[in-house]
Amino acid sequence: MRPLTVRRLLWTCAGLALLLLACVVVALKLGAVPISVTELVLDLGRIAIGRADELPSEYRMIVFDLRLPRILLGILVGASLSVAGASFQALLRNPLADPYVLGVSSGAALGSILALIIAPGFALVTPIGAFIGAGATIAGVYFLGRREGQLDSTTLLLGGIICASFFSAIIMFLMTTLAGRDLRGMVFWLMGDLSTPVSAGMQWIFTVGLFVAIGAIYSTSADLNLLLTGEREAIHLGVDVTRVKLVVYVCASLLTALAVSASGAIGYVGLLVPHAVRLIFGSDYRLLIPASAFCGAIAIVLADTLARTIVPPTELPVGAMTAMAGAPIFIYLLRRGLR
Amino acid sequence: MSAPETFARMAGGRAERTIHQPAVRLNVEQASYAYVSSEQSVPTFTLGATSFQAHEREIVAILGPNASGKSTLLRLISGTIAPLSGRVELEGQETSRLDVRTRAQRIAVVHQESPVVYPALAGDFVLQGRYPYGRALRFANQEDIEIARNALRQVGAEHLAKRTIGELSGGEKQRVILARALAQQPRLILLDEPTLHLDIGAQVELLERLRQLAQENHYTVAVVTHELGLAAEFADQVVLLQRGRCLRVGSPAAVYQKELLEQVFEAPLDVEIGPAGRPRVNLRARRGEETT
Repeated sequence: MRPLTVRRLLWTCAGLALLLLACVVVALKLGAVPISVTELVLDLGRIAIGRADELPSEYRMIVFDLRLPRILLGILVGASLSVAGASFQALLRNPLADPYVLGVSSGAALGSILALIIAPGFALVTPIGAFIGAGATIAGVYFLGRREGQLDSTTLLLGGIICASFFSAIIMFLMTTLAGRDLRGMVFWLMGDLSTPVSAGMQWIFTVGLFVAIGAIYSTSADLNLLLTGEREAIHLGVDVTRVKLVVYVCASLLTALAVSASGAIGYVGLLVPHAVRLIFGSDYRLLIPASAFCGAIAIVLADTLARTIVPPTELPVGAMTAMAGAPIFIYLLRRGLR
Repeated sequence: MSAPETFARMAGGRAERTIHQPAVRLNVEQASYAYVSSEQSVPTFTLGATSFQAHEREIVAILGPNASGKSTLLRLISGTIAPLSGRVELEGQETSRLDVRTRAQRIAVVHQESPVVYPALAGDFVLQGRYPYGRALRFANQEDIEIARNALRQVGAEHLAKRTIGELSGGEKQRVILARALAQQPRLILLDEPTLHLDIGAQVELLERLRQLAQENHYTVAVVTHELGLAAEFADQVVLLQRGRCLRVGSPAAVYQKELLEQVFEAPLDVEIGPAGRPRVNLRARRGEETT
């Protein structure tokens, strides 16, 4: 018996935070303009103590005005999608659940595009539309996946994948007819891309929303452990199942909505990251949630760095990278689960 | 202060009557239930008024064929559904009105095994039984670990603590699930067809253990089963159900009457009383009957 202790939790998080920091430095360094690591670390230190003015302006612009915001956005998106994935996996008792596979990301993308069409010019319109889209999709998929009162794994996944392709078709229709063949925008919504910068205000909303939602999900993490053993069992062990499901449902939809409104529908992160974390750290949600947040951030930062640098000077959408890695592994997990 | 002393004080020294009768722990009083799909429609299933009482250390078998209302009665007792009429009380409190956490501290339910999504170590699984006692994130303290270990010891499964649930055999798994129920330190343990996937050796072992644990830890145990033989051998009290009606409540010897059981289970049976005063049930093949 080796139950999770607070000490192990904190050490793991500290280690992952350091790893994330290292990845950020690497990501800042790599790119079309080469910069040495020592310089970077020194400069990051200067920024930290508020003496950024001493840096040469051209270089500062490339590294800290272009690369750094994109990396920070990647961190937020990666953490949201991974925690959303881990949450959906518990909520639906399905190890293959993920915001993208379940169609929730596409639903969020469609929701924000519709919201943009209905009420353009209103600042919060994309995230709100995305939230409604995400919430409606997961509710729809949940009811599609129910058979005789039981959640059927295959029907659930199939329902999600069908929803995703249906929503993608509508998105493509709307983007081509209304926006006049905006290919870049289409890639953004359908594949997921971090190259479109987000306004400072949105970045703040995103950060606050992320912490609130992850915090709320984390407060139910002990309940999620029991929910995974079955709803009936959880009730008999003293879990307020209705409340937990509501919290997780709302917060996971919110996380997906935030990620999608900032970066479009990036796939498979919410599936792969919690899986890898489970292999390394075990499946206790009290550790899984924070570890997934860190590892998700690391995964997206690395994937985006790769997407920026693999065929210079062109950039790939980060969603292409995650799908290339994610789809085969998804198939592998599905086959293994079927046996 | 012991119960007789309390009674003596209350009754002013006249403590001769009924002192040795322990207090009723579980009181099911005219409890009924109906499943309805909508307000207007006819109920899809009803459980008629059922009454029985159980004391500590007692094993009650809820017996009946499929679709007789056994599981519904179990849900009523566990408090997850509230009776349509009547009452279900555990130590004087209605089980359906207890909040979910308090209920889990007093009632443990062992279901037929459910699929495991992620493999957990048996030890950690048993530790889940401490959940209703923990604070917000339920980090286990030394006491919890000790209780979980002790629970595993009581079911003879200490050696399984470091194995994952998926690796265990049916009987081993059932023991670990029972250990989790013990870790809840309940007063009432409910089991839903616990012997369903077990071979006969493991069935007898489980019920022997339940009887012993009920004695040692003062549990009240209610077992839902359709196994006539096991109920006869291990139950102190039998509640016989058929199609949502409670037909008989009493000791196995009183309930096990040939005609009654034949009619309820729709099979030709022989009932004889064994040396310990417990009935024995034998199945008789229909073929033999036709020839006579």
